[in-house]
Amino acid sequence: MKLELSRLVQGGGRLGVLKGLGRTKQLSLEVPGCLLYTHLGTVPHLTQDTLQTLSNLPSVTQVSLSNIAEHQEVLEEFKDGFRKFAGLHDTLLYCSLHDPAAPFPTGHITNKTVSVWGSGGRIELNVAKFMALQKVVQPDWYQSMADGETWQNNTSLKRVRKSVDRTLAHLDECLLLHQNSQELEGVEVFGVVEGGDVLEERVRSARETAKRPVAGFCLDSLRAGSIDPALRTQLITAVTKELPEDKPRLLQGVGRPDEVLACVEAGVDLFESFFPFQVTERGCALCFSFDISPDPESAVLQLDDEERDAAEKTQLNGDLNPDDQTQMTSFEINLNDKRYQDDFRPLVEGCGCYCCKNHQRAYLHHLLVTNELLAGVLLMIHNTAHYHGFFGALREAMASDKVDLLKRRVLRERDEQTERKEQDG
Amino acid sequence: MAATVERVVAAEASEKQMSAKKVLSAASPLTLRIVAECSVTKARACELILPHSAVSTPVFMPVGTQGTMKGITVDQLDDLGCRICLGNTYHLGMRPGPDLIEKANGLHGFMNWERNLLTDSGGFQMVSLVELSEVTEGGVKFKSPYDGKEILLSPEKSIAIQNSLGSDIMMQLDDVVSSTVTGPRVEEAMHRSIRWLDRCIAANKNPDKQNLFAIIQGGLNVDLRKACLDEMTQRDVPGFAIGGLSGGEEKDDFWRMVTLSTDHLPREKPRYLMGVGYAVDLVVCVALGCDMFDCVYPTRTARFGSALVPWGSLQVKHRQYAKDFQPIDPDCQCPTCKRHSRAYLHALFKSDSAAMHHITIHNIAYQLNLMGSVRQSIVEGRFPDFIRTFMKRLFPSPDQYPGWAVDALASVNVTLE
Repeated sequence: MKLELSRLVQGGGRLGVLKGLGRTKQLSLEVPGCLLYTHLGTVPHLTQDTLQTLSNLPSVTQVSLSNIAEHQEVLEEFKDGFRKFAGLHDTLLYCSLHDPAAPFPTGHITNKTVSVWGSGGRIELNVAKFMALQKVVQPDWYQSMADGETWQNNTSLKRVRKSVDRTLAHLDECLLLHQNSQELEGVEVFGVVEGGDVLEERVRSARETAKRPVAGFCLDSLRAGSIDPALRTQLITAVTKELPEDKPRLLQGVGRPDEVLACVEAGVDLFESFFPFQVTERGCALCFSFDISPDPESAVLQLDDEERDAAEKTQLNGDLNPDDQTQMTSFEINLNDKRYQDDFRPLVEGCGCYCCKNHQRAYLHHLLVTNELLAGVLLMIHNTAHYHGFFGALREAMASDKVDLLKRRVLRERDEQTERKEQDG
Repeated sequence: MAATVERVVAAEASEKQMSAKKVLSAASPLTLRIVAECSVTKARACELILPHSAVSTPVFMPVGTQGTMKGITVDQLDDLGCRICLGNTYHLGMRPGPDLIEKANGLHGFMNWERNLLTDSGGFQMVSLVELSEVTEGGVKFKSPYDGKEILLSPEKSIAIQNSLGSDIMMQLDDVVSSTVTGPRVEEAMHRSIRWLDRCIAANKNPDKQNLFAIIQGGLNVDLRKACLDEMTQRDVPGFAIGGLSGGEEKDDFWRMVTLSTDHLPREKPRYLMGVGYAVDLVVCVALGCDMFDCVYPTRTARFGSALVPWGSLQVKHRQYAKDFQPIDPDCQCPTCKRHSRAYLHALFKSDSAAMHHITIHNIAYQLNLMGSVRQSIVEGRFPDFIRTFMKRLFPSPDQYPGWAVDALASVNVTLE
C-alpha cells in the first residue's frame, strides 16, 4: 500500500491516492475518502442489484468484528475468508473492531480483553482470539485491538493513560502474532491512536504507535457526540503532526459533512460511511448542497424556504443536543413529514441515483408511513450516492482550490439556521 | 390435438374491432390468445394482452399490497420476469388515498411500475382485517382503523377507487362469506354478488382502459356455484375470478368448486383463481383449467426466512444451515442463488433486513419459474409428465401425496404412481 499525496491544501487537508491495494495490488482509493459501511458485508438494506445501481463506490468495504465474531466457527469451516463468504468480489476488506453506528455498553474492558456485541450478546476477545478471528476473516486491512472506552465525559486522566498503554500493548501482541502467521501475509495493520481528550496522551499514543510497523492509523474515541468538535479538531491536528506523512489516517465515528470538512483540514484521510445509514434509519434524505460550479445560481441542490423552515424547526427542537446521533441534522429532510405527501419531486433535483431517477418524495413518504421495507432501500441508495458524491466534490474542490467555496456551500444551511436560532433566542 | 395450434380467440378488442367500438358495447382492453391446450387435462397456455404488456399464462401474480413489493424495487421485479402484480384497494384507498394516486398518474405512476397491475375490490380485506364491518345491500360498512370514521364501501365506491388507481384489471366488489359458513347467508351473498357485479359494470368509468373481472361466489355448494356461473357468464365482462375459496375449507371441497367453475366458464376468457399460491395448488389448479393466481404466501414467508425450493421449503434461519455453503437451490438462477450461500443468508438474517429481500427475490423467482415451466410443458404437450415429475420431487414418497391432489388430478386424467 502506498499513499501518494498530490496536494497539501493550505490550512490543512491532504489530497491523494492510496495505491497498490489488495492482494493483486490493482486497487486504489482516493483520499479524502470513506470506506463502504456494511452490516456483515452487506450495505444496509441493499442487495447486490440495488447496490450496483450506485457508481463510484469506494474500493474498500468495512466490516466489523462485532458482526463477525459470532460466526467464527462458520468461517473456520468455510476457510476461504469473509470476502468470499459474503459473496463480495472486487473489493478490499477492512475489518474494524466495532460497528460505528451501533452503540455498545461500557465497563467490560480488562487489561487483557475487549468486548464486542453481536446479535447474540457480548463476546469477549483477548489478543489470541482477536487474531484467530483475523485469520479466518482474511481482511486486507484490520484495526488492531484497542481499548477505546475513553470517549465518555469525565474520564479520568488515569483511565486515559491506561487506555493508551493497553492499546499499545495490544498492538505489540497483535503484531507479534501477525508476523508469525502465514495466513496474514500481505495483510496490513492499522494502529489505533487513543488518549481521550488529553492532548499529551494523544501525542504520546500517536508517537508510540508510529514507531510500530503499521500501515495506517485509526483515530479512536473521538466519535460524534462524545467530544466538543473544536477540541476534537485540536486533538486531531496535534496527533496528525506526529504521524508519518506517507500513511493514511482513518477517523472513527465521525460522519457529519461539517465535521468531515473540519477533520479533513486537521489532517484526516479516511472516514467510515455510517452517516448515510443513520440518516436512512430516521426516514431522512440527505439534501445538502455541495455544488461548486462557477455559477451559484445553477446550484440546484438547494432547499426551498419551506424546507429550510422545517429543518430549522427540527433544529430548535432537537439538534441542540448533538450527543444524540439519532437526531436529525440540517443536512437532510425528513420524509416522514406530512408536507411531502403530495410532493412529486425527486428527493434531490438533478440527483442521478436510482431513487431520484425513478421515485418521488410523495412515494417515499407513503413507504415510510406504511412501514414498507422499500423505504429503507430507496433512502439508503440515495443517501449513499449523495454522501459519496460529497466526498467526490470535496476532492475536486481540493484539487481546484475551491475548498472555501465548498465549505460555504455545505455550511451555509447550518449556519443560517444557527443565526436564526440566535436571533430568535 | 390443439397443443401446437395457435389460435387467436380475441375476447374483444383486436385492432379491427376498435373501429367498430361505437356500435358495440364497451370493447374491453384485453385479448386472450390461446397458445396451447393440454390434450389430457384442462390446462391451457395463453398470451394475455393487457394495456401495459403481454402476460404469459398460467401466471402467478405477486402481491404488492401497499404499492410496493416488500423491499424489492420495480426494476428487480421486472428483471425477475414479472409482468403483472397486485395492489390492494383497501390499503391504498386508506393510504395514500385515491386522490393522491390519481394525481401521481395512477398506481403505475405512483410506484413507477410500467407493467400490469391488478387491484382487488377492497371487500375481502375489510371483512378479514376490520372487525367492525357490516354487509348491507348498499355495501360493506366499516370503521376506519386510522380515524375511527364509519365508511361505506359500495360497489360504486370500490370501482371509483380502482378507477383512480388505474389498474389494468379491477375486481368487482363481492359479498365475501367465509368458505366454512353454510346456510342461507351463502345464498344471499351469491345473489348479492351478482347484483353488485351489475352495479360495478355500470360504475366503471374506464371500460376502454380498465378490465373489470367478475367473481364467482356460491361457497362450497354446487348448486349455488352453478347458479352464480349461469348468471355471471351472461354478463359481458372480460374475465372471471373464482372467489370465496382458499379460506380454510377442506381441500376436497376446494378443488371440486374450482373444477366446477372452469367447466362452466367461457373458454375464451381468462380465469383467475384468487388467493392460491402453494406450489401443489398451482400445478393442480392449472390442470383444472385456471390461468391466473395470486397469494401473499411466497413473499410473506420469505420474510420469516422460508425459501421455496422444488422439494418444499428451506428454513434459512434454522441452525442446520449455519455451515451450509451451497446456494438455497443449486439449480436456481435467481440473483440470490447465483451469489449467496445458505450459510451467509443464515448469518445475514441476524444483521440486516437485506436478508429478507434476498429470500423474497428467490421466492418470486421460484413462483415465476414454476409457472414458466408449467407453461412450457403445456406448449410442448407434456404437461402430465411434468406433473408427475413435479410431485415426485416435492414429496419424499408417493404415499405422502395429498389425497385431494391425487383425486383432482385423476379427475382430469392424470394418474400418479
